[in-house]
Amino acid sequence: MYVIIAGAGKVGWNLARELTAKDREVTLIESDHRRYRVVEEELEHAVQYGDATELWVLERAGIQRADLVIAVTGDDEDNILICQVAKEKYGVERIVARVNNPRNMVHFKTLGIQPAVSATDLILRLIEHEVPEYGLVQLLALEEEHLEIIELEVGEGSAAAESRVTDVALPEGSLIISVLRNGAGFVPKADSVIHAGDQVLLILDPGLEGEITPRFAPEGSELPAR
Amino acid sequence: MFILIVGAGRVGSAVAKRALDAGYDVSVLDSDPLSHERLDKDQSISWEDAGGRFTVGAALEVDGLIEAGIEQADVFLAATRGDNTNLVIAQLAQRRFNVPRVVVRVADPARAAWYGEQGLITICPTQHAIDQAEHVVLDA
Repeated sequence: MYVIIAGAGKVGWNLARELTAKDREVTLIESDHRRYRVVEEELEHAVQYGDATELWVLERAGIQRADLVIAVTGDDEDNILICQVAKEKYGVERIVARVNNPRNMVHFKTLGIQPAVSATDLILRLIEHEVPEYGLVQLLALEEEHLEIIELEVGEGSAAAESRVTDVALPEGSLIISVLRNGAGFVPKADSVIHAGDQVLLILDPGLEGEITPRFAPEGSELPAR
Repeated sequence: MFILIVGAGRVGSAVAKRALDAGYDVSVLDSDPLSHERLDKDQSISWEDAGGRFTVGAALEVDGLIEAGIEQADVFLAATRGDNTNLVIAQLAQRRFNVPRVVVRVADPARAAWYGEQGLITICPTQHAIDQAEHVVLDA
C-alpha cells in the first residue's frame, strides 16, 4: 500500500513514522523549508519539499499510484483541495482529511471530503463518553457507508432494562453490538439480559436515533432530540 | 442583478466599482476592514452612499457569507489573494448556495485548467501573463 501524507506537522510526521513501521510505503510532503529540513534528517527520501495543493507536487510524489492520501496540514482549505484532487482528478481510492477548525467540518461534508477528522470533535466526544449529557453519544459516523455507531445508557425502568437483547424492539437497520457493564464490555447474545445502568453500543442507519433512544430512556423521562 | 465579490483587493475592488457604476447591486466581503478604502478611492462619494454593500468577515465563515447576501447572489466572484480559499468558497457558492454563475480567480494555471473542466468559471492572471509575454517576446 502506498500512502501520501500532506503536511509534516506533529500529526503528519508521526503518521509517517507509524505507517513506515508497519511496512507501508509512505511519502510525506511539507511546504515549509525549515520544517522539511528537520523531518528529512529522520525520514530522508520519504519526505519531499513542496506545496501539496499543487498538482505537479502531487504527481512528483506519485499520486497516480497512491492507495491512500492523508491531508493533515494546518490549513482546512488546503486539506479540502488536496483530498478533492486526489479523489476526483487522480482517482485515489481512499482519503482522510484533517479538520483544524470544527466550524469548517460542514464544508468538508458539502464538498464530499470524507472521512474528515477533527481533533476538537474527537475530544468533545470523549468528554461526552465520560459525562453523557443526553444519554446518547455518537461514537463513529461512516458517512459514505451510511452507518453510525452510538452509545446509550440504559435508563432505570426503561423498556430495554431487564430485557433480553432479542426482546428489545429496535427498528429495522439497527443492532446492539456491545454491552459495557462495570467497566468491561462484551458482545451480547440474543438471550443476554440488559440491565439498567449498562451502556450499550448500537450500529444503525443514520436517522434512526429518534426511534431508538425512547427504548432506553428512564421511565417517565423525555430525552432531548439531538 | 446582484453580484457578491469576496476579496476587496485590486481585482475585487476594481470589478466591484465598475459593476456598481454599471447599475448592478454589488456586495463586497473582505476579512480586512481597511480594504474598504480601495472601494472609496478615486470616487466622489463613499461606497455605501453610492449604493454598495460591504461586510467584514472571513471567507469561510458561513454567517458572513449569508450576511453579505450569498443566498440572493446571481453572480459570485472569489477574488481573495489565496487560490485555495478561492477554490473552496467558489465551490461552496456553487454547491451549497446554488449561485447560478460562479467565477473564481486562480493564480495556478494547472489548477485553473482542471477546475475549469469541473464547471467553475476560472480566471487565471498567470496564464494571461504567460500568453501575453510569450506573444510580445516571440514577436520581438
